[in-house]
Order: sequence, then structure tokens, then C-alpha cells
Amino acid sequence: MPAPQPGSTDPSIIRNFCIIAHIDHGKSTLADRMLQQTGVVDDRSMRAQYLDRMDIERERGITIKSQAVRLPYRAADGTDYVLNLIDTPGHVDFTYEVSRSLAACEGAVLVVDAAQGIEAQTLANLYLALENDLAIVPVLNKIDLPAAQPDKYAAELAHIIGCDADDVLRISAKTGQGVPELLETLVREIPPPVGRPDAPARALIFDSVYDTYRGVVTYVRVVDGRIGTREKVQMMSTGAVHELLEVGVISPEPVPAKGIGVGEVGYLITGVKDVRQSRVGDTITTQQHGATEALGGYRDPKPMVFSGLYPIDGSDYPELRDALDKLKLNDAALVYEPETSLALGFGFRCGFLGLLHLEIVRERLEREFNLDLISTAPNVVYRVIKDDGAEQVVTNPSEFPSAKIARIYEPIVRATVILPSEFVGTVMELCQQRRGSLLGMDYLSEDRVELRYTLPLAEIVFDFFDQLKSRTRGYASLDYEPSGEQEADLVKVDILLHGDPVDAFSAIVHKDKAMAYGTLMTAKLKELIPRQQFEVPIQAAIGSRVITRETIRAIRKDVLAKCYGGDITRKRKLLEKQKEGKKRMKMVGRVEVPQEAFIAALSISDGGAGKK
Amino acid sequence: MSARPLSIYVHVPFCASRCGYCDFNTYTATELGDAVSRDTFHRVLIEEVRMAATDLRAQGRAREVQTVFFGGGTPTLIGPSALGEVLQSIRDELGLAPGAEVTTEANPDSIDQAGLDALLAAGFTRISLGMQSSASHVLRILDRTHTPGRSVAMARAARRAGFAHVSLDLIYGTPGESDADLRGSLDAVLDSGVDHVSAYALIVEDGTPLARRIARGELSMPDDDIAASRYELIDDALVAAGLDWYEVSNWAKPAGQCRHNIAYWRSDDWWGIGPGAHSHLGGVRWWNAKHPRTYADALSAGQSPRSGIEHLTEAERRTERVMLAMRMRSGLPVAELGDGHDRDGTVIDRLRGRGLVDASALDDGRLVLTRPGRLLADAVIREILDAASPDQQG
Repeated sequence: MPAPQPGSTDPSIIRNFCIIAHIDHGKSTLADRMLQQTGVVDDRSMRAQYLDRMDIERERGITIKSQAVRLPYRAADGTDYVLNLIDTPGHVDFTYEVSRSLAACEGAVLVVDAAQGIEAQTLANLYLALENDLAIVPVLNKIDLPAAQPDKYAAELAHIIGCDADDVLRISAKTGQGVPELLETLVREIPPPVGRPDAPARALIFDSVYDTYRGVVTYVRVVDGRIGTREKVQMMSTGAVHELLEVGVISPEPVPAKGIGVGEVGYLITGVKDVRQSRVGDTITTQQHGATEALGGYRDPKPMVFSGLYPIDGSDYPELRDALDKLKLNDAALVYEPETSLALGFGFRCGFLGLLHLEIVRERLEREFNLDLISTAPNVVYRVIKDDGAEQVVTNPSEFPSAKIARIYEPIVRATVILPSEFVGTVMELCQQRRGSLLGMDYLSEDRVELRYTLPLAEIVFDFFDQLKSRTRGYASLDYEPSGEQEADLVKVDILLHGDPVDAFSAIVHKDKAMAYGTLMTAKLKELIPRQQFEVPIQAAIGSRVITRETIRAIRKDVLAKCYGGDITRKRKLLEKQKEGKKRMKMVGRVEVPQEAFIAALSISDGGAGKK
Repeated sequence: MSARPLSIYVHVPFCASRCGYCDFNTYTATELGDAVSRDTFHRVLIEEVRMAATDLRAQGRAREVQTVFFGGGTPTLIGPSALGEVLQSIRDELGLAPGAEVTTEANPDSIDQAGLDALLAAGFTRISLGMQSSASHVLRILDRTHTPGRSVAMARAARRAGFAHVSLDLIYGTPGESDADLRGSLDAVLDSGVDHVSAYALIVEDGTPLARRIARGELSMPDDDIAASRYELIDDALVAAGLDWYEVSNWAKPAGQCRHNIAYWRSDDWWGIGPGAHSHLGGVRWWNAKHPRTYADALSAGQSPRSGIEHLTEAERRTERVMLAMRMRSGLPVAELGDGHDRDGTVIDRLRGRGLVDASALDDGRLVLTRPGRLLADAVIREILDAASPDQQG
């Protein structure tokens, strides 16, 4: 019997599933094994992390953009199936994308490292899958590791999911052990997709990727009807109509087809050049006899964290602009607009989904476009209500109104921390310091605890993750999701150098923390800024009220003691070098500040991102 | 024939022991082993003197020598008669100008009364003694082996023996030195009646044992502010005793200035004899092989020991001129800066306004540092040079 063809596959033999796993718990390796064991990739062309496209994904071991691969599979009983493995992005910043990938599936393989147990982000995605009514296939991976404790973590998983510990499969994606059993379990446990073949076409966009040669490649799951080539399709959120140039499936390279039908997963190419025209979560229908009601759940991507990006070499500004324009083609969530900073020159105010998103964008700009960048401390979005009732949305501390503020709202998140029980005290203390309120606490197993908190996003953005890791020796994992906003007593702290505000260091902080921020920054700058020929006060101020002050004393001695015959050449070269160094100085008023001082001072509040 | 005065520097690369702060080109007997003989090293130096004289004659630039300076290392380690032989070779080959200044550095441990007499007899006119401090705990940090008081006693002995000019070197800002220690050192210096004092802030040179001790946290360098106050303390004491500054780190009684050093600072011509020695002749600078063995091997093969050379560009000469002249009491004539320099006068006005250059000297057309200006000499020099940067010269 020939393998079922795209466009004419009986939904009853389709299994759409994703893999939910923590970073390093083996998702990509498992996907590799599935590609091999179903025979879509032969051993010769196999490479590690086959589905991860970008270098940055492979190096950091995270999947930024999801992908879908169609795996023809003949089960042990001889029945032919079509498995669609929908890869999900693996980070807290991309929760919405994850939710859309999950919405395209009927089941999820929950992969947990048998030596480490479940992590917060996996748990959050598991809850997301359960909300989407997905069938869960629990799997412990890496059972070949000496440190594996499969019994302990099987019990933990059983407790969380509410299944029997014996139902938890034990595999090694590395060696392939248990993977055939997993494939059998998949076709047995995950229900086939159900849709109306004769109804108007509706397909869910769960990913959208820009390709230099082909334009935007849109990944869809057909829910109802059928999408075929030579049709015009319509984006239901915007009403925009596009010519369909190609339809196909990925197996694991693109294979064009005449169309795809109910339950099938594939790709569409319409010739659009910007992923914003083909947005994740949107519903695609046909222009003729189109559907009138979109599938639920579409949301515009909303930047949560803002940061200024500046080229270290000011002449790189046009390159930075071009690079952002290019990245934007493939990143519907990235927003930016030009910004000028007294201290840092010309740059862009950029909005991101979160800290990892920021870090990835920054890293891609530096790596793929060869730019050296400074980023300002990330901040969240505030809603300020003025005395006259007018509302102002603040994405940059410099826009923060100086007076006549009635109320300020800040975004909050629902955070989950999973950690060994011995660290509960210190983590609760951290959350308390960060203005968190405890929502609940559960023991996942004897020595592992899940803590749930509401926290201001601003507190998470300010090195929370680093603190969490250092307080738990790296054993805690964190996940959070937006949870609305709260009124808060916030102030803007400005840092003044010789009376001139240094815009890059202004921050919006809670009133109780203004002093701490001011003290930290003024002390840091005192260390970093070389002494000048005049005394330089460094002040932290709220409006016109100075809250802390440090002083850089005027330099009194700048002379080399000796300069004899043999020293002259060396001394001249030193002078020439110092002159070169001066070109890298930025002037704040009359104060010369080395660029390195800005970078170093900004880096103290940076680095809150990182993979989880 | 070049009109510029000619000086000779002779480098003797030997020390009895190594001081922890020193990065000079000098070696102990243990470090050198059998590779180089101290007893015959003066013959190698004489070889280079002959080669230099031949070279100068060939260029038509041979002329009487105005000043000779033996430095090191510890020149007196090779003995007064060896030093005398080298000096004699200079006299034979090039001739010494009438009233020529002939200096040797000396370490109090390496010379005695008879040695002083021998130097005088050989034609030395000036002796410069490394005293550094009169506080024994400071000398210990510097690894100096002499006991406090020896330098001062030697300075007195040198004056008694008939040296017209005697100089003492001080180092200030050593870890552990107090203001009182420094005052004690200054009292001792002044009590000895020398006509010249050099005072250097201790510089931590990369790669020295002192730098390692500081990096390990065993010692900590005093704040620059303390060094600045110590400089003022030194200047006050010396000026009160009739020694005036003539360069940022050098003070002298009238006619006590070291003419040899002034020659460096005026960019005169000088030939450096010895390993690692630098020479400067009409805008060309070169330096010898650093290691005594390499140096000696080249000469014994009849070759020049030169290991590097630079032809100074107009811009480099100008930079050096500003850099050196500004360190001196005689300062820099404003006119020398040229037409394109600091056209609107803002830099010079700013320096005057901040009290870094002397207002009355400026009225006479000279840039001369005030005392606060001396302490910030490098910053002032950078500002003057910046104002003359090519893109502003048009």
C-alpha cells in the first residue's frame, strides 16, 4: 500500500502532536530519533537537531521558531499512519506561540529528564496543553544516565498529571531505547483530528517564517475544509487576500502538494514578504465560499519589555537600522523606533516579548550583522493616569511625566517556580523583596516544591532570574505569564552627572527602592568614571529632589615622574594612545565618560534573561 | 657640522642586587652568569665609543662633547678606573668641551672615599646618588640594600672630596611611607648640602616584583591625592632651602641643574653607549640590543649593536617638543605652537583660567606650568596637543 498522500489523507490515521520539554531535556534528540525510526531521514543525512534551523538555535540548544514535520509511520499491526510532529518554541517569552502550536495538536509528548524531574516552564506548558484538552503521553528521557532516578520522577509525573506511574514511558532518545514503544503509544493514545471536510476552509496559522528565497512560509493546521493551490486565501483578522503560490508538507524537506485537508498540517506560500502579513494565531480561509467565523484565540503580539539598542560605534547606526528591518521580516513581535540618547547617541527603542526575546534579537544583530551594541536596562510598559484623567503609556523612562500623576499601573505576571524544598525559604524571601504575593505552594514530590506568585514584571526584568539561580545553586526553574496590571507607587529616578541627567540610566522603580537604585548607580559610576580636572558630583534624583550623592574628586595628579632619553619614545606613544582613547569618550555636559563606563554600568542591571 | 650640542650617555647594566620596583635594563651577577664579564665590560663600551666616533666623523658630525652621563644599573660596580677608561676614550675620540659636565650615578654601597677621589681624578664633575628614602622600612619595601644615612654620608663625602655637583634621588609614595617619613628624608637631604635633588613618585611598572606584590594585595599604593600632597611637601621644603624646580621632578640650586638631562629635554643630540641605550641624532632615534651578551657579541663581531630605529616625523617631533618642553621651568614659547594652533586661544585661556599655566609667563609669550599645573602636566600636554590636532589645523 502506498503511503497516504497529502490532500487525500483520512483524518482517522492522522496524529498531530507536539513535544513539551525543558531545555536540555532532550526534545530535539527525540525528534531526531523519530525522524530516523520512521525512515523520513536516512542515517546518512542525519545530523544532530535536524529540525532546528538557525545556528543560534543549535548552539544554545533552544528552538526559537517552531516547525512541523510529517512522518509516515507503519504501526506494528501494519496500519499506516501520518504523524505530524509540531515543534514548539521553548521559552517563557513565547507562551502565545506555544499555545497556538498546542492548539494545532490533539496530543502532547511530555518529555522530562529522568535525572532532573519536571521544570517550571514544562509544567506551565503542560497546563497549557491540558487547557487545550490535549492527550498527554508522559515520557522520562535519559534513562541511560547513571544519575537517572526514573522511579522518583515517574511518581512525580503521575502525581502532576493524575495518571499511574507505570504509564510513564521510559526512554533514551540518545540510544533510541523505548522510542518504538513511544511511537506505538502515540498512535494509540492520541485521538485523530476531527473536522468538517465539506465546510468552508479554516486553517490555523501556528507559525510564520521568512525565507530569503521564498518569502514568508506559513505553517498551518487545517481544521475544516480544504486548502488547495491556485486558490486565493484570506487572512481573517485583517481581511487581506493573497494568491496561494504553493501548498505542501514538510517531510522533512518541503514537498509541494495539490492541497491539504482536514486534520492535516502543512505549509503555504503566498508571496508576502513580511511575517506581519501572516500572523501566528490568525485563521486562513479561502476567498470564495470562505468561512465567516474565525477559529478562536487570535491575539496581536504585544511587546512587554523595552530596551534601547545603540551601536557602540555611532557610524554603525544605518547598519543597525537595516539589520532591524531585516529581522523584523521574520519576527512579528519585534517593534522599534529611532531614539536619541545624550549619553549613547543614535539608536532604537525596541520592544520585545520578554528578556529572552531581547537577548536573542541582540545576539542575532551582533552575530549575523556584525554589530557591537550597548543595550539600556530593560523596562516594562507603564500606564500613567494624569490628574486631568488623561492616560499616557510609558515605554521609556524618559517619557515618564514629572508631575500631576494620579495613578500608575504596572504589568504583573503569574510566576511559577519549581525548586528543591531546601531553598523555599530563600526564594520566598526573594519574591517578597520583589513585591511578590504568594498564590500557593505545592509539593510535587518529597523534596520538590512548586511556588506560585504574583510579581510585578518589572521585578522579574531586573535580574530576578540570576538571583533565583544563585540562591538555589541553579536548581530552580521559573515560568511566568502576563496576568494584567496593578496600581503601584512608582517613581522615576534620574542619575545626574555634574548636574546633567544621563538619560541611559534613568529608571522607573518602586518608591521604596528608589534609594537602593540611586545608591547602586551612583556608587557604580563613581568607580567607573575617571577623575576629571574638576569635582564631579553624581546624584540620584526624583524630580528635583536629590536622594543620594557621590562625588568624584578632582584629579590632582596626572604626570609621569620620569622622562629621560630612553623614555621619550615610549612616552610619546603613550600620549598618542591616550589621544586615540579620547575618541571613545562621550561627553556628558563637561564630563568625559569612557564608553566602557556606560557599558559596565548598564551591565549591572542586564543579564536577567538567559535560558531557562 | 651640526650646531646642536652633543652629549654621551653610557649605560652600565649591572647591579649588586635587584630592587623590586625597578624595570631598568640591569642584571645581577647571578642573572648574567658567565655570559658577560663585568671586569672587562668597559672594553666593550669603549669599542662602541670608537664606533660612534667613526660614524660621527663619517657623517661630518663629530664634535666636542658637552656632557657625559654614566647611568645604570650601578656604574660604580665596574670600578672608578674602568669608568675613567671609558671617559678617557670619549676624550680621545671626540674630545670634551671645556667645562664639560661628567656625571656618574652611584650607589652608596658601591663606592668609598678612595673611589670618589679616583673619579675626580679621572675627570668626573658630578655624582648622583640613589638615596630614595631615609626611612629603613621604606627602603625595605623598595629592596634597597643600603642602610639609611649611607647615601647622605656619601653625598657629604663627595662634596668634601671636591665634587662641585652632588645630587640625591628620592622616591616618594612608596607603600607604607608616611608624611613624617618623607619629611625625615627631606631633612636628611637638605642637611647634606647637595645642590640637586630628583624626586620621583614611585611608579609600579608592569612585570616587576612590586607589581606582583600589589596585584596579590600584599601592598597597596597610596592614592594619587596623597602623592600630590607629598609632591607639594617636597616642593615646599626644597624651595625653602633654595633649590628651585627646573623640571617637574628635578630641583637645583642656581647653576646646579643637570645639563645632561636638559639636553634630553631640549631634544639635543646624544649618543647612548651600552646595552639598551637610546640615541638621538637630528630627528633619528635608535636603541641598542638590550641584553649585554647580544650587545657585546655584535660589537666583538665589528657590528653595530643597534636593534631598532625610528625616523621622527614632523608631527612626532612636535609632540615630543611639547611633551618635553612643558615639563621644564623654561616652558614652551607660545609662538612655537604655530599659526594653526588653538586659533581662538580657548585652550590656553582655559589652562590659564584653571591656574595651570603661569599668567605672567604667558604675558611674556611662554607656557610655563604652575605647581598645580606640574601635577597635571600630562593632562595639560594632551590639551595643548589636542588643540593642535591636524584636523583643526586646516
